[in-house]
Amino acid sequence: MKMFKKVLSLCLVAVLSLSVLTACGNNDSDVFKIGGIGPLSGGAAIYGIAVRNGAQIAVDEINAAGGINGVQIEFNMQDDEHDAEKAVNAYNSLKDWGMQILMGTVTSTPCVAVGVHSSADNLFQITPSASSANVVKDNDNIFQICFNDPNQGYGSAQYIGQIGVMGNDGSLVTNVAIIYDSSDVYSSGLYDTFIKEAANQPFNIVATEAFTESSNTDFSVQLQKAKDAGAQLIFLPLYYKEASLILAQAAAIDYNPVFFGGDGLDGILTVENFNTGLAEGVILLTPFIASSADAKTQAFVSEYERLHGEIPNQFAAGAYDAIYVIKAAIEHSGATHTMSVSELGDALKVAVTQISINGLTGENMTWLPTGEVNKAPKAMVIVNGIYVEL
Amino acid sequence: MDKIPKIWRDNLITYGMVIAIYAVMQILISFGLVSRLMQGLLVPLCIYVILAISLNLTVGILGELSLGHAGFMCLGAFAGAFFSKITVEAITFSPLRFFLAIVIGAVVAGFFGFLIGMPVLRFRGDYLAIVTLAFGEIIKNVINALFVGLDDRGFHFSLSDRASLGLYEDGEVIINGAQGIIGTPQDSNFTVGIVLVLLTLFIVQNLIRSRDGRAIMSIRDNLIASESIGIHVTKYKLMAFSISAALAGVAGVLYSHNLNNVVASPRAFGYNMSIMILVFVVLGGIGNIRGSMIAAVVLTLLPEMMRGLDRYRMLIYAIVLIVMMLFNWSPQILAWREQHSIKDLIGRVRGRSRV
Repeated sequence: MKMFKKVLSLCLVAVLSLSVLTACGNNDSDVFKIGGIGPLSGGAAIYGIAVRNGAQIAVDEINAAGGINGVQIEFNMQDDEHDAEKAVNAYNSLKDWGMQILMGTVTSTPCVAVGVHSSADNLFQITPSASSANVVKDNDNIFQICFNDPNQGYGSAQYIGQIGVMGNDGSLVTNVAIIYDSSDVYSSGLYDTFIKEAANQPFNIVATEAFTESSNTDFSVQLQKAKDAGAQLIFLPLYYKEASLILAQAAAIDYNPVFFGGDGLDGILTVENFNTGLAEGVILLTPFIASSADAKTQAFVSEYERLHGEIPNQFAAGAYDAIYVIKAAIEHSGATHTMSVSELGDALKVAVTQISINGLTGENMTWLPTGEVNKAPKAMVIVNGIYVEL
Repeated sequence: MDKIPKIWRDNLITYGMVIAIYAVMQILISFGLVSRLMQGLLVPLCIYVILAISLNLTVGILGELSLGHAGFMCLGAFAGAFFSKITVEAITFSPLRFFLAIVIGAVVAGFFGFLIGMPVLRFRGDYLAIVTLAFGEIIKNVINALFVGLDDRGFHFSLSDRASLGLYEDGEVIINGAQGIIGTPQDSNFTVGIVLVLLTLFIVQNLIRSRDGRAIMSIRDNLIASESIGIHVTKYKLMAFSISAALAGVAGVLYSHNLNNVVASPRAFGYNMSIMILVFVVLGGIGNIRGSMIAAVVLTLLPEMMRGLDRYRMLIYAIVLIVMMLFNWSPQILAWREQHSIKDLIGRVRGRSRV
């Protein structure tokens, strides 16, 4: 019996050690190799899968139209399970594959971990959706398509304070409550700057209620407190899953404030078994509207629907834009696929600050050398089940 | 070879395996034959091996079930990263700083292991499993809510948000709630990892073979009998459990210095991670140190090596887990293996040829 086990383990060791050995890493192929990293399995998989699908549509379009300067693109997306360590593994495995440019990662914490390695390699990296300010901090090779969290929190507070929101009681909103997820990077990032900027704005914060990932199903206590404090508006720096529960539970206690959120609320109309009537009047700052009359958006949405049977969210749109930004940067700099990773990185990180893109997630997007995007935020309100620009 | 007692030989084989793997990997790396993915996996492998060995001390040798091993790892990770972050300018000699970080991580995790073990280990039954399960979740949630900042006036703590720290403009947030610690120096490398694996092995194997270790195992085998011969049950249980927790803390320090940022996310330090470590121990063999090391290596490598399978990866991983579990523990398969063992076959062939 022992012997059998030994033979078996020897076989296992042999198989594993074979896989240890490397294939040659040089790019002697005649394509641009673009890698992608994001959660394709686990709780955050919807974001990663949307990014993969959106990017793939852009890659197919570009390839069908003859590629970048006549060179085709090969796109390879790897799973990171929304974990920093797995993301580094995914990065290394893409490097073995011969990746020259990285479109990713989708979520913030893995992106910070990968950033150390990509900046050591001087590899050009552009993320469609990792919105933490730490993603681009200290790394001159990483660029964002999305607004970063501090800008969103700041923008939301500015919007409520300066432009003003009409409460459902017919008067201008002055009492604001916040419900946020203190265990989430995105949510607490928005919350931090919202609170900071709110001090300079003419509205009062009457309640701040936190919850954590392990208690994200019952919000009746938080809502009751907000109601008792007389809040006319609740700021929800959340993803749409929790927000849909909050809307339903607020309706259940007959509480009817204005709900205001960041781009995380995008997708709330697609939640299963959710009464979309409850989302009427919800205001969100989002860069992408699937129902927009814009011809490019319409083409993208119908293609996405044809292939995947659902309406794309802003993650998919951000990924689509990211691929086109890479294309524009390569064309602008005149870089070629035969350049080394570091040469390509040097060329692209200069080029991307010199171009201006009209994408699905913003008009005239430009980039600062720090990696932040410069585009106008759009506030949307949900009316009759569709987003309407405010 | 026969002069060396079997127990020593067994231990020496384990050390030899680790050193041999280290040597082979170093040679392959120097010839540029190792893929980048594999090079990146070397430190995580060391981390999981240390975790598997240390949990085997609690589960296999002490015979108590712990479901919060990731919680101790989390404590070690944050304590070590916290220390490194504030001393990164004061101590520029990184091996010394990392050494101190490891000591601090081990002491903090060991201390909490001691605190938790003190009331719980007095009971008989599954109380340790229940309490450690809760502890792992509590630690994670507390760290997610913890804000620590540093400026000219000293440290500032808060459990609500970053703004309430009241830092000066030049102040720095060290632990930023759910965003964790960012900018830990990358001090972990394969050599340090292997040294720590060897150190862990040395501590655990020597403990097992010592007078104390035999007392611990006697408690596992028969509590009443060991009490009757005057063994201080709680003391030995506490000893084994605290050492196990401290070693998990060491793995945590290695973890947090291998990545640039450490976040108390459920994926890294949650309940599932604790169960994952327990799976290493159960699959490798409860009480079998070398087996749990091999299980940790195989189960960490497997999902990475199957990246080419894309979306079927996790499905196949789950099937492999079930097959391995059946192969190691199912009574029918054990009986089948007994009948069809190669050793037996060779023996039979030899016996026949002798006749």
